[in-house]
Amino acid sequence: MKLTPWSLILALIFLTACTSVNLDASIPTYDTGIDPETWAVIPAGEFFSGQFSEPVNISYEYDIMVTDVTVAQYVSFLNLATADGTLIFDKDKIVGFYPGDEFHAVKHEVEIPAAEYIFVPLDDPASRFSFDGSLFSVLSGYENHPMTNVSWFGARGYCSYNYHRLPTELEWEKAARGSADDRPFPWGEEITLNNANFYSSRDPFEDMSSFGSWTTPVGFYNGKVYDKYQTLDSASPFGLYDMSGNVWQWTGNVYEGQHYRYMRGGSKDTYDMDLRIWVRNNATPTYFSPGVGFRCVRGGE
Amino acid sequence: MQFIQERFNYLFKSTKGLILVAIAMIGLETALFGMLSGPMAEFGIRDVVVRLFKMDLVQAEREGRIIILYHSIAMAVVAIETYIITAIIKMKEFYKAAVRALITVGYLCAMIFGMGFAYWGHHWAWHGLYIAGLALIYFAGVLLAIALWPWNKEYHQPDGAYSRTIKGVDMERVAFFAMALTSLISVIFGAVPGSYFGNGFTVFLAENIIRSPEKITMEFSVIGHLHIMLALIAVAITLIIGRWLDFKGILHKIAMPLMILGTIVLNLGVWGVVTPLEPVAHMIIYIGATPSMLAALMLVIFGWDKFIRQGIAGIEKPTAWQKLKALVRDPLKFGPLWQMVFMNFTVSGIGIMMAVKLDEIFRVWPAREERIELTGHWHILSAIIATIILLYYGDMIGLIGRVRRWYGWGIILLSDLAFASVTIFEMKRLFISEAEQQPLVNTVMLLADFGLGMLLVILAMVMIWRLFDLFKRKGRWTQEAEQNDLTGEVEV
Repeated sequence: MKLTPWSLILALIFLTACTSVNLDASIPTYDTGIDPETWAVIPAGEFFSGQFSEPVNISYEYDIMVTDVTVAQYVSFLNLATADGTLIFDKDKIVGFYPGDEFHAVKHEVEIPAAEYIFVPLDDPASRFSFDGSLFSVLSGYENHPMTNVSWFGARGYCSYNYHRLPTELEWEKAARGSADDRPFPWGEEITLNNANFYSSRDPFEDMSSFGSWTTPVGFYNGKVYDKYQTLDSASPFGLYDMSGNVWQWTGNVYEGQHYRYMRGGSKDTYDMDLRIWVRNNATPTYFSPGVGFRCVRGGE
Repeated sequence: MQFIQERFNYLFKSTKGLILVAIAMIGLETALFGMLSGPMAEFGIRDVVVRLFKMDLVQAEREGRIIILYHSIAMAVVAIETYIITAIIKMKEFYKAAVRALITVGYLCAMIFGMGFAYWGHHWAWHGLYIAGLALIYFAGVLLAIALWPWNKEYHQPDGAYSRTIKGVDMERVAFFAMALTSLISVIFGAVPGSYFGNGFTVFLAENIIRSPEKITMEFSVIGHLHIMLALIAVAITLIIGRWLDFKGILHKIAMPLMILGTIVLNLGVWGVVTPLEPVAHMIIYIGATPSMLAALMLVIFGWDKFIRQGIAGIEKPTAWQKLKALVRDPLKFGPLWQMVFMNFTVSGIGIMMAVKLDEIFRVWPAREERIELTGHWHILSAIIATIILLYYGDMIGLIGRVRRWYGWGIILLSDLAFASVTIFEMKRLFISEAEQQPLVNTVMLLADFGLGMLLVILAMVMIWRLFDLFKRKGRWTQEAEQNDLTGEVEV
């Protein structure tokens, strides 16, 4: 009987672990004042790439979206593309065509032949859109949040539908870092809680005791105050927002001998170390997550 | 002056004093630098520590800092194992003294100047002294291998109860020798790429390049090095525990050749990763790991059987319950072997599962999730080795009665709670989605932090007790200063 209090504490702890998360919990709504339709021009020229700041030249100018693609933008795309037959329903998901990759049969490489692949799941409770059988719509309050739960195919498909493309890793990195120095974060040398949305950064969209960390509206960290929450202006030298934190961003490279697709920027679910500009993550192109989004580029190449 | 001299002689000339210093240094380093990551960073403690100690943390140098941190802790662990080996294995007094002196100066230099270089700016002299420390440790290793040479007649095993060749060569000594020699070779697999990458001022953590399909030879070498060095530290502690428990009999006779074979094949496999044999290196590693683990299993069977026999001595027809009680009655003796068994659930089992289901499960997850498994399982293995050392140390310093039980069970239960929690955290994607994971993450992190935190508290209490003891004129340290044989300190 001596063990009873300890047993009770342990039982309570384990019960806490089994608590379900309310994925529909209400969230605050903020207008950040940053227009997700805006593009930034990245001039041709050198920049410092990677952790060890190797000078790399990108010989062309290109445009990149100032923010991640929002849920509202993607939902608009889903409605248009399902209506014109670009995308089709396949049971519990929306799929679209991808022309396939060259296969080299390297160890661990998985063949990606030409086929229809998942863009977004329809039945995932973490998705921020709904489908009523004929139309897609944004869940209330998430209009200006980054589109998540979208596969690499879905990200690429969105960009190409609009005659754009996903950025290469180098294009993404230059856009995040600028051309002048070798800063580790888009805004400078150090990171504080008010610079970006990362794990346990204590923003208004975070409750570590229940649902954890959710996305912040695109462009949230622009120096404005939201209900007494002071953000720091954390734009990159070219004026891009959320290049560190909030959601990982799919990039467009397809590397020989790999089926993995690479992501940059860290997310709401990672520690600050993963928000450093050179940090890479990767996953299979069918992977989707509440912590992964994207933005597009146009021009160049 | 005499006060200081006597304490200095105890701390730096006696086996137990040397071990105490190394444990204290690891404890201090773990406590201080553990505040820079994980929940401590979340709570804002990292920022306070960085400001308080005026640390210079450049973002691009994080990986380099971590590598030096790992090395400085590992060097102190290697020093502890070396102190024990030089105490329990027969060797010439000159070698014993020389090995201890070199490795002590070596690990202290590596730790103090390495950490200074990594966390407080880049003075070239600090880096030089860090490298000098590592070089001294290597030289101590060379002398240790010479001292352990098993084919001298004076080191032959006269007792037929132990594993030996027909000519009488002590197979346990051969196992120690094989471990020491292969360690010296495997170190080179880290030193050479260390110079290669360091020469260009670049650095990487192995877990971050694991999915890269085309690794260069130097990258393979680093991956091989980190795996084999930890494996060899584990082999060494297994042999040490065997000697402590007086491992002998038929199981010893089978286990020692297996351990020798396993150690050599395991190393050959790892060395193979930088040769054209790379495609089959993993298979060679599996082949080498199997006999090593079988040898450890035999030690566990021997030890547990011994504890039960001792515990039920005098009972005519012992029940299963009495046998179980006999098995667990002394946590300091039961603990090291239990930790070796527990390791299979949190390290080997996870590793085998990952190998078998790599493409099917783990490579479907994002790389950052796979990284959690990779770093988690080897952190656990390192920590398990540390707990085994701490359990042995508890016996070494003569803990008895209730203190012995609380210390022993505290280490076992708290560490296993933490390791099990970390294992659940590593594998969570098998049974919970990202969106729904937070309550589970909170719980397992709480349990892991509680387990490790309380473990550090226990260690801190022991260290404080030993510190106070040093101020006593006739403290426990005066007895320990005279003791060099570590076997069978306490008969329970």
